[in-house]
Order: sequence, then structure tokens, then C-alpha cells
Amino acid sequence: MKFAVLVFPGSNCDLDMYHAIKDELGEEAEYVWHDTKDLSGYDGILLPGGFSYGDYLRCGAIAQFSNVMSEVKKAADAGKPVLGICNGFQILTEAGLLPGALLRNKNLKFMCRTVKLTVENNDTMFTNAYANGQVIDVPIAHGEGNYTCDAETLASLKANNQIVFTYSNDNPNGSVEDIAGIVNERGNVLGMMPHPERAVHELIGGTDGLALFKSMVKQWRESHVSHA
Amino acid sequence: MKKVKIYVTLRESVLDPQGSAVMGALHTMGYDEIADVRIGKYLELQVDDSERPLDELVKEMCEKLLTNTVIEDYRYDVEEAVRK
Repeated sequence: MKFAVLVFPGSNCDLDMYHAIKDELGEEAEYVWHDTKDLSGYDGILLPGGFSYGDYLRCGAIAQFSNVMSEVKKAADAGKPVLGICNGFQILTEAGLLPGALLRNKNLKFMCRTVKLTVENNDTMFTNAYANGQVIDVPIAHGEGNYTCDAETLASLKANNQIVFTYSNDNPNGSVEDIAGIVNERGNVLGMMPHPERAVHELIGGTDGLALFKSMVKQWRESHVSHA
Repeated sequence: MKKVKIYVTLRESVLDPQGSAVMGALHTMGYDEIADVRIGKYLELQVDDSERPLDELVKEMCEKLLTNTVIEDYRYDVEEAVRK
């Protein structure tokens, strides 16, 4: 499976993402610059964390108009997995690929530590290698991860099982309903504030993030074998 | 040439943690009469004459990029720009 790791001016988790795919998962990955106009050669699209365009104006706001984002929309429409982590999540909400928005953390602090997440829905292409209700350790590092949406959106997120990860025992940023990650209605676009790409090796504190990437590969292999 | 002054604030329904922190500081200083603080953004645009109506242009820019209408409201004033 071949992944595109998108690189915006100011991305800084692109190397971690590339390392996770290439070295720990053993799949193909390429860095793809933000003004690229073709993503058709990739099977999965990864939007890494960082501070795209310096987060001037709002987190992720300027990145939504990069050339590559119309390609990301095409990939999402085609049903390819699109994963946005941290700033990538912010970009996906700004671009309208995921509902809601990310606000400043409730306590105004930049939080950087490992948190416990509960897998709320393992019936997605990103979580099929986890068990439902499984609690995993994944690092966070963000100042604006307070997920918010209106009551109507929240009701539809719940009704469609779009809440994929929640913070287990402490909610670091004040997000509504302890939400840490959501998928779109179709289930092929995931946005999450925690960093699974930083939890792929014992040396860096744990491997609980690896199953997320394995899930994507598993789903991709199964769908490609059945169509062959 | 016109000068457009745009004020962006968090919607009333959205908690403003920055505003709350500043209100806490003001209360600590003894300004107990402060009932609420909201913090927003101020943008100033210099706009050349255009064929499109200015209101239409400003609204479009505000809703596409300058604000996130999920969490923010905006208002704006238009002035004649003073040429330097």
C-alpha cells in the first residue's frame, strides 16, 4: 500500500509519519508537497501534524486552499483512506471534510503528554485491528485540540457511530463528549488530535498507534484481493 | 480605495477560554464590575475599486477564509482609505 505524506509549509510531524509507515509498518510512503496537483497514484493520504502556514489566522485555515487539498477531496470522494492527525485534523475540519472545529484548549495550555484513549468504534478502516472499548496509550501535543460542534452535528456523529476515539479518564483540552477523533459519514476520513505515529515503537514509549496503520493496510489488502 | 475593518469574535454559544482568563485577571486586580470578556481578531483590508460590490466581496472572503463560521461571527465597517 502506497501512502502520500502531505507536507505543508510548517508541517513538522511529517518525518514521524513517514518513519511510522516506512520503517515500522513496512509499507511505501512518499512526501508530497502541498502544491501537488495529482494524488491518483496513492492508496492512502496522510495529513501530518505541525503548524501549516504558521497557523496564522486559524489552525489549518490557510492550508485548506493549497492545491493539494482539491486532490485530497477527490481521494476522499473516491473512498480512499484520508487520515489527519493534529494539525491534519484541523485542516480537514477547515476544509469541510469533517464536521465541527477545533478551539483553544480549555485551560489555555499547550498539552504534551501520553493520554489514554478508548476505541469507541472498531468497525472502521482505521480501527479494525483494535477491540471495541480497548484502551490505548497515545501521545498528544497540541494547544488547540478542543473539539466543538453544534448539538445537531453531535447528535448525527453519535447516530452514525462517527466518534472513533474518546479520552478515557482525563480530557486534556475540554473537547465536547471527550471526543479525540471522528470519521466522516462514509467512514474513510479520520481526524484525531492524538499522535498514533508517535506510538509505533517500544523505544519511543509504546506501540499502541501501530494498529491504526495496520488497520488501513488490512482493509486495503482485503478490498484489493476481493476485486482481483 | 476603501479601508475595510473586520472584527472576528467567537460565537456567543462558544466558550472563550482566553476571554475567561483575562476576566479572571481583571477580577484579581479588583475590577469586579467586569461581567464578561470576549477576545477576538481585528483585520484591516485596503481594497482597490472593483467591479463587484464591496459588501459581496467582503462577505465572500469572510465566509471562505477569514472566519470559521462554525465557531466565529464577524462584522465590518467600511471607510474611505486615506492615501499616503
